[in-house]
Amino acid sequence: MRQIAKSRKEPLFFRHERERYRLIVVGSLLVGLILAASIFAGTSTGYSPYEMNINEKLKAPSIDHLLGTDEIGRDVLTRAMYAARMSVQVAAIAVSIGLFGGGVIGILAAYHGGLVDLVLMRFMELLFSFPAILLAVVLMASLGTTLINAMAAIGIIFIPGFSRLARATTQGVLRQPYIEAARTIGMSDARLILREVLPNVVTPLVVEAMAAFGYAVLLESSLSFLGLGAQPPEPSWGNMLNTGRGFMVVAPWMSIVPGVAMFVGVLGFNLLGDGFRDFLDPKLY
Amino acid sequence: MTETIHVPLGSAVREHQLADGVPTLSIDSLSVQFTNRRGIARVIDEVSLQVWPGEIVGLIGESGSGKSMTALSVLGLAPPTASIISGDIKLSGSSLRAMSKSQIRTVRGKHMAMVPQEPMTAMNPIMRVGKQVGEPYVVHQASTWKHAIAQAVLMMGRVHLPLPNRRVHEYPHQFSGGMIQRSMVAMALSLGPQLLIADEPTTGLDVTIQAQVLRLLRDIRDIYQTALLFITHDLGVVAGICDWVYVMYAGRIVEQGSVQQILTAPKHPYTQALLLATPSIISRQTELVSIGGSIPSFFELPEGCRFADRCVRRFERCATEPDLIGVSASHTARCWLSV
Repeated sequence: MRQIAKSRKEPLFFRHERERYRLIVVGSLLVGLILAASIFAGTSTGYSPYEMNINEKLKAPSIDHLLGTDEIGRDVLTRAMYAARMSVQVAAIAVSIGLFGGGVIGILAAYHGGLVDLVLMRFMELLFSFPAILLAVVLMASLGTTLINAMAAIGIIFIPGFSRLARATTQGVLRQPYIEAARTIGMSDARLILREVLPNVVTPLVVEAMAAFGYAVLLESSLSFLGLGAQPPEPSWGNMLNTGRGFMVVAPWMSIVPGVAMFVGVLGFNLLGDGFRDFLDPKLY
Repeated sequence: MTETIHVPLGSAVREHQLADGVPTLSIDSLSVQFTNRRGIARVIDEVSLQVWPGEIVGLIGESGSGKSMTALSVLGLAPPTASIISGDIKLSGSSLRAMSKSQIRTVRGKHMAMVPQEPMTAMNPIMRVGKQVGEPYVVHQASTWKHAIAQAVLMMGRVHLPLPNRRVHEYPHQFSGGMIQRSMVAMALSLGPQLLIADEPTTGLDVTIQAQVLRLLRDIRDIYQTALLFITHDLGVVAGICDWVYVMYAGRIVEQGSVQQILTAPKHPYTQALLLATPSIISRQTELVSIGGSIPSFFELPEGCRFADRCVRRFERCATEPDLIGVSASHTARCWLSV
């Protein structure tokens, strides 16, 4: 009873504020863990992610190998950390491709309207109509299975989502009187887009990019799991999970470690994305 | 039998106007229409008007009468779905209709400028005021930002904005509506335009601020001899600031004349009704008067006079629409009653 009375005393506003920050704090911690892992991947464990050591194969977690070893004696922790580095890289580049491509397409479609809008948006809908993973598989199969192509494929998957968001936001901004006021002083189209439109549509796009980051990590892992992303011996959570599948009974850590890492990464980026959204765009709260 | 003087639209004589001068803005029987599935909507129909240097001309009418479209057409900012089907717009004698889009852009903001309707949303919320007021210098004169901001301080001082050198670094949300409207005037005036179009510049402001902005606009006319096209539906404002008035109804000019004649001896029943609908402190009316009905749809315009179905004085002749009929040398009205 006293507890309730005490929490009642705290003004609603502050309780609200704390909840807004909680997502960001938890998200940042998880993302920080992944980022730290990818930054220190080269130095901290003393093992190479590639070097085989048959004598040490399938060892359970111990002081020597904190998270055990895999079927050819490589340190699982080291490999998981290298995989984190690669995932973050792939996600960052893929999201950038999506953000830039989608942003440009969306803003141009909204700004020009008419036929340009129609053609661009129908093309985006065409891309949207494929299931994401299927589209990625098709793109990888046709482009070839390299990491660069994985980034490109994931980036392309993101373009329609970003373009729709950018288009809708731009349409809203273009209806604002300050756009007309800017036109009356004789601004060119390019100047108008760069100085008046872009700064006003960038916030929701950045928020969406944060949320897309987690999804990009998941997509990269899925592709690698299917053998279409990172190619062995390059470590990736996806292909580690795939290999670990065969040793589920004798060496469960081989699949638990990348699985948990993926969970932490995706959850972290999603929470951070949600937190940012609540923070920067209270309307959606 | 009374003799009808048919004065061509827009050519009624202003006393102060020079015989051989060139009007700053001259719209010659301009027609603008939209086409969509419902048909053709001619929202501006054979409109002619002139604004002479140093003159404040009021364009009045209720919402949807086409007055804002007229302003946008002058600036070349009519929506892409609108098409100018006839007529011409001349700025100091040179045709704007003959210009390409990019040519008009070099004129806009430099030789003609606009003060917008709603001050609170007229500025980009995330850019400092100084940068926005100074932007015309960068756009049209390729000047440096440093020079542009310095000019912005100067211009903002000229529109009596207090502490302009501090205010230029603030954001629009730190300004009141009146201050933003002054800044918009400063921005519009920055390159010394010959023509200033003010589209209901006082609608969003309270009355004392309204009076300040109006005085500012009048001072600008007195000092710079700027031609001012003032769009409004507020007859009180018209009485206070305008020299010459055009009354617009359903895309047509229905009456024009000097401000004294329009306000004291209106000839068109629409103008009369507008005046009656303006609350006055002297008449001590207990009820607000309104004009019954509404503007006809542009898709179904009546054959004859467009105001006929709302007019209390309509008679048989209203089935055909009259031309602008001369009432006196400086007053014409589109009504058979003025014959």
